[in-house]
Amino acid sequence: MRYLTDRKRALGHGSGRAGTHHHWQMVGSSIALLPMIPLFVFVFGAGFGGSYEEVVAYFSQPIPAITVGLSLTVIVLHLTHEAKAAVEDYMHGAVQKLTLLGLGAFAYTLIAIGLFALARMAL
Amino acid sequence: MVEFALPKNSRITTGKTWPQPEGATNLRAFRIYRWNPDDGKNPSVDTYFIDLDACGPMVLDALIKIKNEIDPTLTFRRSCREGICGSCAMNIDGINTLACIYGLDEIKGDVKIYPLPHMPVVKDLIPDLTHFYAQHASIMPWLETKTNRPAKEWKQSIQDRKKLDGLYECVMCASCSTSCPSYWWNGDRYLGPAALLHAYRWIIDSRDEATGERLDDLEDPFKLYRCHTIMNCAKTCPKGLNPAKAIAEIKKMMVERHV
Repeated sequence: MRYLTDRKRALGHGSGRAGTHHHWQMVGSSIALLPMIPLFVFVFGAGFGGSYEEVVAYFSQPIPAITVGLSLTVIVLHLTHEAKAAVEDYMHGAVQKLTLLGLGAFAYTLIAIGLFALARMAL
Repeated sequence: MVEFALPKNSRITTGKTWPQPEGATNLRAFRIYRWNPDDGKNPSVDTYFIDLDACGPMVLDALIKIKNEIDPTLTFRRSCREGICGSCAMNIDGINTLACIYGLDEIKGDVKIYPLPHMPVVKDLIPDLTHFYAQHASIMPWLETKTNRPAKEWKQSIQDRKKLDGLYECVMCASCSTSCPSYWWNGDRYLGPAALLHAYRWIIDSRDEATGERLDDLEDPFKLYRCHTIMNCAKTCPKGLNPAKAIAEIKKMMVERHV
């Protein structure tokens, strides 16, 4: 039992003065993904079906490499931010903090691996 | 924290079935949530039968008839009986609404009545709205001015006054907030659609001089940004208001301050 007034409970720790950047980032990445997803599907799909050398040669061209690299980064970051909001919604306490840290680590590792693979093919 | 099942002591059991009125030809069953904090039992759903030919047209009329003629222990809030006070908000036929303006003819089959969802229950159909009201108070629902008080009144143009339409009509019945999943899971920190609609009402009031402070107070990942535009609030509002639109307008103002 904590003898807090109703008003103090409602005010909590006050405003975090944050959230707008995340909101704007999600709006921006959503708009960016509108043309990016079809382009990604088209460009990525066009690289399929060839031999190893043909695929490496295809992704060593600037347009496929940049399109896939950009798409990978924007898609993973967009999904990560959405997943972050879902974790904040449904989990609380230490489990939430650990899941958020794990989520961030997983997302940035995924992006790093993808970009490294692309760089190896392209360079 | 999200919960997938009710706690043991909140699980609903089958309650009492009250006798049908004699000689009635137009019977309707009412299945009503009952919980008494004093008897130590789990909540139950009691079944009552009403002769609709001898009852008013609204759900509240039926509830009052049950309380007056069948079971005086049935407990619920009511006052104005015309959708102005917001007291009789409850979950009727799966929809959060006001019992006084919800017609019995709008419901097919048995009438199922529960208290507003995901709120602590005081007794039967009465939810504990203490935190909801404290959240409303926290957004400072009054005119904040710094300029010296004018000799007559704070003037407002007709156009500026029109901006308050669709906002000032809110009667704080809590139907919207208690229909919002974000409010269910994070009601301790998320202000909910009702408080945010009221916050916007004061933010866009041309006479108010605390717009910046109000936006500062709302800029928070939980207070404001837990709204995921689910739109249950707009769907359920018994006054036909659109809290989700008001929240979106606040978010737009937040972006305008940054970008």
